[in-house]
Amino acid sequence: MGLAKRIIPCLDVTNGRVVKGINFVELRDAGDPVEIARRYNEQGADELTFLDITASSDNRDLILHIIEDVASQVFIPLTVGGGVRKVEDVRRLLNAGADKVSVNTAAVLNPQLVADASSHVGSQCIVVAIDAKRVETKTDEPRWEVFTHGGRKATGIEVIQWAQKMQSLGAGEILLTSMDKDGTRNGFDIELTRAVSDAVDIPVIASGGVGNLDHLVDGILNGHADAVLAASIFHYGEYTISQAKQRMAENEIEVRL
Amino acid sequence: MTDIAIVDYGMGNLRSVHKALEHVLPEHTIVVTSDPHVVNRADRVVVPGQGAMPNCMHELNRLGLHDAVVDAARKKPFLGICIGLQMLFEASEEGHVNCLNILPGKVKRFPPQSMVTTDGQKLKVPHMGWNQIAHTLEHPILKNIDSNTRFYFVHSYYVDTADTAIVAAQSHYGFPFTCAVAKDNLFAVQFHPEKSHLAGLTLLRNFAEWTP
Repeated sequence: MGLAKRIIPCLDVTNGRVVKGINFVELRDAGDPVEIARRYNEQGADELTFLDITASSDNRDLILHIIEDVASQVFIPLTVGGGVRKVEDVRRLLNAGADKVSVNTAAVLNPQLVADASSHVGSQCIVVAIDAKRVETKTDEPRWEVFTHGGRKATGIEVIQWAQKMQSLGAGEILLTSMDKDGTRNGFDIELTRAVSDAVDIPVIASGGVGNLDHLVDGILNGHADAVLAASIFHYGEYTISQAKQRMAENEIEVRL
Repeated sequence: MTDIAIVDYGMGNLRSVHKALEHVLPEHTIVVTSDPHVVNRADRVVVPGQGAMPNCMHELNRLGLHDAVVDAARKKPFLGICIGLQMLFEASEEGHVNCLNILPGKVKRFPPQSMVTTDGQKLKVPHMGWNQIAHTLEHPILKNIDSNTRFYFVHSYYVDTADTAIVAAQSHYGFPFTCAVAKDNLFAVQFHPEKSHLAGLTLLRNFAEWTP
């Protein structure tokens, strides 16, 4: 009895549609965001995450309308990220019905944004998304670096220190994506997930690489994640959220059934 | 005449509370308001809220809503959510501020030394996600909600009260803590019914039908 581990389907949205790519490229259409959100809610999703991957700023407001639509029909927590640069962007998303806003590139360019946003709207609303990539080292110790701009740009920042810094600036949660694993369907980068989750006191959402239900279990039991995020295994109907919960429950993970 | 006033003091996402109430009560007039007169005239009052307690108390005073909220909490069907629960107590460790002092007890931070499970796993703060609530009172607002149903929580501070008579439900996170209180016309919860899917919507409907 206690807090359940969360399963969070992720909807990558561009130009008003949900899409899924491999290693952040080759996008495939996966459907209408409101429709998909409703379906996941009915299946028992614990939260929903929307990432606005629209490249240009022209269609940015589309995500606000989508969130407004979803928030008036789906009564579970909604996280929205993508293109958030200013406290004002955070406010607009929260006013549209988001419960949490995730910041990624903007946090790297201006870490003060995390402090400003969390002091205005509360830490619980601020998720810092970290795109991590394994880098070569001369020792046996693994090292991961923070990447920005959808995984295209190296920053030289070490991931674990970055996660701790984000926590101290007021982040309420970390969404940790392995760029090496994303789209591979080979499972999470467990070593990365565990290293970050053990190094911070705030919840960590594992992301990137889920190809089957056992990967979700692995992320919780071996990666020490507080929540697991997945996209493609749910979008194309391979598995339902309820099957995922069932598998976790069979492995003695506490879930909301 | 307003059926339900949702008090807006500039803290947090009131839209979701509004939408959830509208969803379960399509016939009711539900307004989000910063106007103390509207709060005074409403049949029922909901005080939601997120964010830091010092800012919340400051904004409540600045907007002239303090007295209207205290009055509502003493006289009419009142539902506090999250910060709307915490502010009813004497004081909060968050920024060391005095609160509304309507109920006895203090608001404390989850202490780091207690945040570990029996098998040695670290418990993260904020307490974020779906946890079970165990009823300690039979109350009309918990009608059709089984004990141990899961609700969505997100908070780093909890209410610690010695007055066990007002505790309506408890949850467990490192230790048992109060997650719902009830006294006369007042009911307040630490979790977010507006984000707790069917169980949360049931609770909101129960509130609208409640005659204390």
